[in-house]
Amino acid sequence: MKTVCFYFQVHQPMRLRKYRFFDMGKSHNYLDDAANRSILQKVARRCYLPMNALLLRLIEENKGAFRVTFSVSGPAVEQFRAWAPEVLDSFKKLASTGCVEFLAETYSHSLSSLADMDEFREEVERHRRMIHEEFGQIPTAFRNTELIYSDAIGQEVAAMGFSTMLAEGAKHVLGWKSPNYLYAGASDQRLRLLLRNYKLSDDIAFRFSNRSWDEWPLTAEKYVDWLSDPQTPGEVINLFMDYETFGEHQWADSGIFDFFAALPKAALRKKHGLEFATVSETSARYQPVSVLSCPHPMSWADEERDITAWLGNELQDEAFRKLYSLRSKVKTLASPDFDFVWSFMQNSDHFYYMATKWLSDGDVHTYFNPYGSAYEAFINYMNVLADFSVELDKQLVTQ
Amino acid sequence: MFGWEFPPHIAGGLGTATYGLTRGLAKHGVEIRMVVPKAYGDEDQRFVRVVNASDVVTRFGDERQREIWDRMTFIEIDSNLIPYASPEEWELKREEWARNAEGGLSEDPTGHKDLWEGRFSFSGRYGENLLEEVARYAMVAAEVARQMEGEFDVIHAHDWLTYFAGIAAKAVSGKPLVVHMHATEFDRSGENVNQTVYDIERAGMEAADRVIAVSNLTRKIVIEKYGIPPEKVVAVHNAVRFASGTPEDVERGVEDKIVTFLGRITYQKGPDYFVEAAAKVLKRLPGVRFVMAGSGDMMNHVVRRVAALGIADRFHFTGFLKGDDVHKMFLLSDVYVMPSVSEPFGISPLEAMRSNVPVIISKQSGVAEVLEYAVKVDYWDVDAMADAIYALVQYPALSKMFSAKGLEEVTGLKWDNAAAKVKRVYEEAIRSL
Repeated sequence: MKTVCFYFQVHQPMRLRKYRFFDMGKSHNYLDDAANRSILQKVARRCYLPMNALLLRLIEENKGAFRVTFSVSGPAVEQFRAWAPEVLDSFKKLASTGCVEFLAETYSHSLSSLADMDEFREEVERHRRMIHEEFGQIPTAFRNTELIYSDAIGQEVAAMGFSTMLAEGAKHVLGWKSPNYLYAGASDQRLRLLLRNYKLSDDIAFRFSNRSWDEWPLTAEKYVDWLSDPQTPGEVINLFMDYETFGEHQWADSGIFDFFAALPKAALRKKHGLEFATVSETSARYQPVSVLSCPHPMSWADEERDITAWLGNELQDEAFRKLYSLRSKVKTLASPDFDFVWSFMQNSDHFYYMATKWLSDGDVHTYFNPYGSAYEAFINYMNVLADFSVELDKQLVTQ
Repeated sequence: MFGWEFPPHIAGGLGTATYGLTRGLAKHGVEIRMVVPKAYGDEDQRFVRVVNASDVVTRFGDERQREIWDRMTFIEIDSNLIPYASPEEWELKREEWARNAEGGLSEDPTGHKDLWEGRFSFSGRYGENLLEEVARYAMVAAEVARQMEGEFDVIHAHDWLTYFAGIAAKAVSGKPLVVHMHATEFDRSGENVNQTVYDIERAGMEAADRVIAVSNLTRKIVIEKYGIPPEKVVAVHNAVRFASGTPEDVERGVEDKIVTFLGRITYQKGPDYFVEAAAKVLKRLPGVRFVMAGSGDMMNHVVRRVAALGIADRFHFTGFLKGDDVHKMFLLSDVYVMPSVSEPFGISPLEAMRSNVPVIISKQSGVAEVLEYAVKVDYWDVDAMADAIYALVQYPALSKMFSAKGLEEVTGLKWDNAAAKVKRVYEEAIRSL
């Protein structure tokens, strides 16, 4: 019996408006509400609503045999509350089936694990509380922003009481090892690691509608054959992907919904020997086969599977450094208004827009980027940050 | 006069200077026939068009100076010549235009695009390259000179694009030629001089009876690098003309002192020296912000350098500014810096001074020759630049003195005076024949 573990990431950043030098000190509205709202509602219409409805139907039809896992970021939930409450309701409905697990992550979809462990812990606690309030579950498994993982981060996560964490099945970390088993963290061996099978995950997430791919068109039958193939050894197959894959990255007319609708039934046929489980169920079902050592942070992004999509060039490093240097002031002030800005300024997406590596993954970077260039993104972000910093100082003085 | 005429709020130094000079000359009783390339018109006017004075007046909305405009006549030639263009740039822009042929006027706030595309949207179907266009303009100029026989005494050509026109008009009419060097190819391209442009510049100056340079700096380049006899070359500094009325106040959003660079972000303007000086000042002084207003091919490089120096929270970029925003930027500034590596004249510090802003200018600018109340430093001397910024920000007595005296000084720079010198040059040129 092989366990298939589907995990979907739900996130929408809070995009900044064009904030000019002339706005500094005069306007403190930093967000592009119009863009954020229209994008969120568009993705809700194309992806969240139809896919949640489909998952609910599949869960009901398969009477508990089909199970999936989600993590939903803080900015996504806040924007659902404001502009698409029906999406939040449909997630709650999924939560109440008992077949859907919600993971903890950083509330702001932040890179805090790379900056400041105190901030990281606060972010995770805040997210854990939010998930409890919204979905009635207290998460026991964790996934970090963009699947960023290192031994040090793993240790911190274990210390916070999580039993399981997700990570990328990166070739440069695994070497000859297979991602299709459970592993244990190197710093704290009580932490169980589920590693993403990037080949099979990306067959859906990236290649599904690619007509020049020699496996196109991908059918549920064919995909299930790959999953159950003895050539795919191991105990678990971790299929981790952005939830927006369904209907947004892969459009409805590519047949992605039909593909997914047919998948559970096809997989659950006896001859295949496949079953579905959530992240925590999968983690409890097997024993780790080995310790996985990962001294340098890895992620699920780009060819390199490292953190260079967000950090590494001068622009990103400067913005990152300047942002986190404000932390102690924000905490001293402890004002909800300032905490709100502090939170969305941490969205990893802002740093992603500042990336200057435009080789193999340039397409993906441009697709998600509201700015004309990394430089524009940087200038705009720094203008907002400078104004925020000035206002922060002003408030601290008056207090 | 062969040259350029654009409403001053669109064009940079050259159009503004020609405009100011013609007004000054008119006041001195010089009648001007202005022959300008024009690309705003429609098909029927594609060759030569004479615009009567009343048309011109309404275009500039300046009824009070009717008698000046009455002395001027505009002759517009439908051509897509553009000031400051090098053949390479021109080619680039022409291709760009060809790609968005249907585009018309663009509202893109980056760079001079609106001007470029605005002009190109009506022309560009002839004149496959800039040099052909220059030659075509010269042919039309010869025709204009023939038609106007006996109506003029001197030919005055502004910058290299019009030099062939000037030479042709001189050949046809036998009248003296004065060429005006607003910039040399060395200012535009550093040491990577375009040989063709250089050759045209030199041919123009050699054919000319008198050469006017906008500063002693430019005069020196003309003599040393073009081999023009010194006795033929006269420096006449530009002046500046301001719209009447005192500038209104603008609400400040930021309490910190603001140090501004405003101009194209290109090698010639020395933006990287400004950044290095900023880093030095910011190490010492907390309440200062630096602003770089403009766009250009060095912008990304500069942004990276600012990030690498770790000063991006106090160093801001506004992108290209137009019209009111330029004015607003001056009003918000406490110090204005022009660190140009090479600047034939440089009008922007004068605009800053007019807004009561103390200025720091490089010794390698023509404007440094006429200003008393400006701090002058070598463009490469970032320590001196940082010192000067520090002093103007920290010592109110100093900055007050510079802004008060500076305003006085800049108000005294009149086109009238420059025009009087130009008129004397005309008279010499006539005598020399």
